[in-house]
Parts: sequence; C-alpha cells; structure tokens
Amino acid sequence: MNRTSRRLLDLAPFLLFVTVLAIFGVQSPKFLESGNLVNIVVQASSTGIVAVGMTFVLLTAGVDLSVGAIMFVAAAVAGKMALAGWPLPIILPVMVAVALMFSACNAFFVTKVRVAAFIVTLATLFIGRGLGLRITETRAMNLPDSFLELGSARWLGVPLPALLFGGVLLVAHLVLTRTPFGRQVFAIGHDVEMAKKAGIRTGRVLAAVYLISGLCAAFAAMVSLGQLGAVSPKFGEQKEFAAIAAAVLGGTSLFGGRGNVFPGTLLGALLIQAIENGLVVVNADPYLYPMITSVVIFISVWLESLRNRTR
Amino acid sequence: MQPATNNQLQTTNNELLSFRGIEKAFFGVKVLKGVSFTVPAGGMVGLVGENGAGKSTLMNILGGDLQPDAGTITLEGSGYAPLNPQDATRRGIAFIHQELNLFPNLSIAENIFLTRFPRAGVTPFIQRGGMNRRAVDLLREVGLEIPPDRLVETLSAGERQLVEIAKALSIDARLILFDEPTTSLSERETDRLFALISRMRARGITMIYISHTLADVFRLCDDIVVLRDGEVVGSGATKTFTTEKLVSMMVGRTVSQLFPERRSLGKRGDEAEAGFATGAPLLEVNGVSQPGVLRDISFTLRRGEVLGLSGLMGAGRSELARILFGLDPRTAGEVRLNGEQLPRLSPRELIERGVAFLTENRRSEGLCLDASVGDNFTLVTLPQHGRTPLRWLAGASLKSAVERIRAVVKLDAKTSDSQPVRTLSGGNQQKVVLGKWLLRQPRVLMLDEPTRGIDVGARFEIYQLIHQLADQGAGVLVISSDMEELMGLCDRILVMCGGTLVDDLPRAQFDRERILRAALGTNQEAAP
Repeated sequence: MNRTSRRLLDLAPFLLFVTVLAIFGVQSPKFLESGNLVNIVVQASSTGIVAVGMTFVLLTAGVDLSVGAIMFVAAAVAGKMALAGWPLPIILPVMVAVALMFSACNAFFVTKVRVAAFIVTLATLFIGRGLGLRITETRAMNLPDSFLELGSARWLGVPLPALLFGGVLLVAHLVLTRTPFGRQVFAIGHDVEMAKKAGIRTGRVLAAVYLISGLCAAFAAMVSLGQLGAVSPKFGEQKEFAAIAAAVLGGTSLFGGRGNVFPGTLLGALLIQAIENGLVVVNADPYLYPMITSVVIFISVWLESLRNRTR
Repeated sequence: MQPATNNQLQTTNNELLSFRGIEKAFFGVKVLKGVSFTVPAGGMVGLVGENGAGKSTLMNILGGDLQPDAGTITLEGSGYAPLNPQDATRRGIAFIHQELNLFPNLSIAENIFLTRFPRAGVTPFIQRGGMNRRAVDLLREVGLEIPPDRLVETLSAGERQLVEIAKALSIDARLILFDEPTTSLSERETDRLFALISRMRARGITMIYISHTLADVFRLCDDIVVLRDGEVVGSGATKTFTTEKLVSMMVGRTVSQLFPERRSLGKRGDEAEAGFATGAPLLEVNGVSQPGVLRDISFTLRRGEVLGLSGLMGAGRSELARILFGLDPRTAGEVRLNGEQLPRLSPRELIERGVAFLTENRRSEGLCLDASVGDNFTLVTLPQHGRTPLRWLAGASLKSAVERIRAVVKLDAKTSDSQPVRTLSGGNQQKVVLGKWLLRQPRVLMLDEPTRGIDVGARFEIYQLIHQLADQGAGVLVISSDMEELMGLCDRILVMCGGTLVDDLPRAQFDRERILRAALGTNQEAAP
C-alpha cells in the first residue's frame, strides 16, 4: 500500500464526515443551516462526553459497557433528590459520586481481581440497570424545570451542553497528549506486560481510565437530564454502544494503543448525530435509522482494519 | 562518577559486578548450578554457551525478572538483589534485548522517558521542548540524526536498537547487557553498533555481550565466560581462547545412557543405516522459501526415519515446521507427501493425510488444560468414535481407545482418566500430547522441542515412543536445541543457520563440533 492511500485511510473519519454532510446538504438545504448544525452539536454532547471517557478505556485495550447503566443510576438518584426538594448544587456532586462508586467497582475487579473488562462491566451494566429500576420503581419521573433551564441555558451564546462537551474534550485531549499519564495509557494499550516491564504502574493507570469513564458518564447524565427533563426507565440505555461506535468511527482501535479524542471521537460523535438528524430532516423512514447508522459504522470499522493491516 | 564510588571500586579490585554461587531450578530441574564470575569495571565480557546453558536465566536474574534460589550478586561493592526490573534500572543496569522493548505507537522521546517524563514546572504536563532536546542529545550520542518526535514504528530494526541504547544512556547506565544484538541487523547496522560499543567503552561503561556469533565475541570482548549446563566451564582473557577451544568447551559433555538404543542401528550398524536411506520417501520438501524466514529448503524424510533439525534460536527451525504444517505462508517451494504433490498446505488437510505436529508451546497450543486426560487423548480422533448417523460419541469406544493408548503411553498408575491435564507434571502432559497424536497413527510426526522442561525419566519414555513410531514406518522430524538429544535420538541430523540448511549428517558422522560450527555459521572457516 502506498503513501497516498495510507494518508487517505488516516483521514477516513474526516472524509466520511464531510461526505455525510454533503449528501444530506444536497438532499435538504435546511440541513446545513447554522441553527441545525448547532442543534447537531448540542444533541451529540451527551453521547460525545461518554465517548470521550470510552476512548480512554478503549486505548488501554479495555471496554466499559456499564456507562449507560451508570448514567441511569446517577439520573435516578438525581431525580429522587430533586423531587424531594434538594438543590442542584448538591444533586450534581452526588451524581458524580454515584458514578465514581460504580466505576471504582469496575476498576477494582479489572485491576485487582483481574477479571476481563468485558465481563466486569457487563455485570455492572445489569446491576446498574436493576438498581435504577428499583430506585425509580420503573416509573418515569418528571423533574423540576430547573433541569430543563440548565439544559437550554447559554453562556456567552454557547449552549451549556456543547460547552461542557467542549470542556471535557479539551481536558481529555490535553491529558492524553500532554501528560505522562496519557502517554502511559497508550503504552499499556500496546502491550500491558511490556508496559509493566518498562516500569509503568499499570494497575493505577488502568483503574484511572475506568474512573474517568464513570466521571464522563456522570457528566453525560447531567446533560441528558437537562435536555429531557425526565428520567424514564430507558434513560441511558445502549449509550455504551453509541459511545463505542463514536470512538471507533473516530479512528480509535478496539485493540488499544491507537486513537485520539480530538479530532477523532469528536468527529465520530458528530457523525452519528448528523446521520440521525439528517434522516429526520430529509423525512426518511424512521425504521431505516439504525440500519443506515450501522452501515456507516461498518464502513468506518472496515477502513480502520485496513489501516491496521498496513502496519 | 562520584569519588565515593571510585573508592568502592578500588576496594573490590575494580569489580563492577560479581556473581557468587547463583543457583536456580525450574520444576525441580536445575538450570543454574552455582554460577560464579566477575565483571571488571569498564570491561567487556562475552558470555557464550549453547541454547539452554543458562545464559538467559542468569540475565533474567540480573534484570530482576527472576530471583535466584541461592547465591548472591554484588554490584559496585554492595549487595544487589533486584525484585523487579525497576530495581535494575535504579542501579544503572540496562538491557538491550533481541526482541526490542519499545512501544511502536509512541515517539522516540516518549519511549526514552516513558517513566520519567520531565514536567513543565508544577503543571501536570510534559515539558515536551526540554524532553525532545534531551532526546536529540542522546540520539546524537548513539549516532542517530532523526527527529525525536518520530513514531518508533517508522524506524528500522537497527534504528530501534540505537533508540534502546539511547534509553540506556538516559538512565546513566553503568552496565549494559546485550543479548544477541545483531540477529536482526544488516551488516552496515552491525558495524555502526560496534562502533558505538567501542565509543561507550571509552566512556567507561561496562558491558556484557551475549552472542552465538563467536567472531563478534572475539572481536569485541576482553574476557569470555563459557556456560554449559548451568555451570561456568571456562573463563579468562579473550586471547587465551581459540574458536576451537571455545566450541569444544561449549559442547563437551559426557553422555551416559540417556537414550534408548536405536534398535535397527544397534543390530547392524551402517548396513541398517543404508536400509533406512532406501526407505520410501515420505515427505519431500523442495525449495521452500519465505522471504526473511527461510531460503530454499530442500530435504526428504523417509519412512522409518527419525530426522533431527538442529540450529540456534532464530535459525528458522520452528518456522520451517510451521510452514510445513500449513500454519504460516510460503512464497515458493513444493511439498510432496507419499509422492503426491500437495498444492495447498492447511493443517486440516495435513491432519487428514496423517501429518501431526507437536508445537513447542504444549500448554497453550497442544492441550486443553482443564479437560480430563481421557478427553485430551481422544481429542483429534473424536470423529472415529461417532459413527452412527447422528454422530453421537460412543462412550465404550472412547474408553477402549483411552485404555489402548495408556497401555502404550505410560502415565503414573495413580493418574486417573478423569483428572484435569493441568494437574499433571510437564513430562506427563507431553506424553498426553504425544498419545493424542499416536491414536491417529500418524505417518509423519513433527515435534518441536518435545522435551523442553521435562525430567530425564519422562524424556526416556518419550524417546521410546518416538522410536516405536518410526519402527512402525512413520517418519519423525524432531526439532531440538539440545544437541545431545538429537545425537542420541536421530538417524540423521540437518543443521540450519540463518534460514538455510547448512549441513546434513548421517548417524555415523555425528559430531558435536561439526554441528555446532555449522549452526554458528563458522563452517567454512574451520573446514580444511
């Protein structure tokens, strides 16, 4: 494979994104209006934030399937507290604490008990969803308006969800590219045994990526609560798959050691949201949405495997 | 170096490192039997020995990967007992391994400073400018003019090795260990490495150099230490050695009755050997090549023949077996089985045709460790036990097969058929693998390191099984790093070096020195 096609493969997420924008733009001029584009970014925030946390885990060659369930439990606790009259400045830190408790369990079982991440986080997924249903008694909770106000608030003209997404992205990007921890995440993803031999404290780094993933899930739950204003039994369901898809679409390898949050995961999250939004704008059959999304994901994963084969 | 350290060096007669009575056993088999030698400060010591002589174990002890059962190491006059690789790094010991320990997805500078990133003041961020500048300095010292932010995956093998050396310099290593550093290097890269080594010597860095390339050892080292069977059998200044002397020290061991008599040969000597040579060709290999691995390999395995494949690590022996069994691709060459040309090699088809392969990783590739002894025995012959239309397995038939094989392959009487294989000793595990294939009555059996880590008694039984199979007309190909084993077991030995066949000796011409010389690639020089 020559250099040009290699370069093209490296740019695949970006090219795919531009192609999708162009196709929908041709179909309906409304799609490319600035209002709609802002809308896409805002709608992508929740998935995007989870996907940033997921990227950390994927970079170490792990996976965190529990993020959607963690969002649900954190939101359920938040809903109960809000209905009982607690103020937001207390509820939001409690959401973070709940999420970190769950991800601390993930971290413990992955690093100390050495159970495969897939199994551990699958277990936390079911425990979390069960617990959430127990807390909400399987009923939808409508939250006070203070949440919705937060979701539609703007700061310096930027919608708050997008701002939070941007903040998380910036911090994550700096951590991954500029700190010793971030670089060690990449080393562990390449070969954990080799990393241990090189003197990296692999247990700590691995524990940290699961905590980061949980923290991101808490932020994503806040954003979703602000946008939906309610906690339904389906809150956060299958968010883990959207997050993995966004990260992989952005060029992060499922085998660890390769990928980035900026621009990769950002593009991936925006791409998934743009497809969904575009299908609505062009009035496509709603039953087609998941199929078209999965075709795009398939194409990008296929391109990713082509890229890895050349290495 | 600080004055204090200098004083210490003088009080210990200029020793940097000394091993005293190092012992280490694996599963009851002693691989190091009281190794003692010293490395002078600023010197360069060559460590030579056959595969399995204990070099790697000794170096793993020095690096903190293993702990000795007995004995002490002294480094710069004080005790040194590393528990992990970080301890070695802290004491200024660096390793340049054959397979390099760099992360291809990180930059050169990041690899050098992976656990000691310079920080920008009190921030959590890496001070990239400073790190890259220091990396440039280190790279210049090893003669690499490459931007330090290049990813390691874009570098050649030789460049990567120089990066490893730069990394060693970055921890101010006082002792650098080279383990077969030239195996993946081109000639030019090797010259560059040697030039660098002499520059480092001038700076007073002490080095230990492990290599099978004896010419390099003679060229580089002041002293040579010869290891054989876990013991130091010779050491001294390089000028007191000759290639002849070194080779005979490496191999010279007396063999007692470790091998069953090769029956047909024992009876009639050379005539019987001729009898084998006229045995029908079974497996004919013609011009098999795979770039970078094998070059133009041709040989014939005959019926009833036990054929040994000798060579050093990396000579391509296992690779050849893997290609012949269809596990790895080949670019050229044809393979005939019983005169019939095989267009495509695939493990499934080869097993159908009666070829069996025991890999060198019996635990991971040869056994289902948690399954029972009985289940493992019958694994590859399962279809024979399910002949009804629905392919139900017939319990009685399975049971009789296990009984049949246990009459041939003797495990301990107390070993039950339902016991998980994991609980067996290494020797018994290997017998189970062998028995599994014997039940299929293979026509061609390939064994890769069949007795590695196995005690002498079990070895003997494995040798007997191999002979039995050959006597029944099968062809057996044995790969082994243990030369005594090949000489005791085989009718003929092929020697590989650097991916080619370099020698072919019938039993009457077996000669340790000749085989070792061929394997070392020094055959031409030594031949009259």
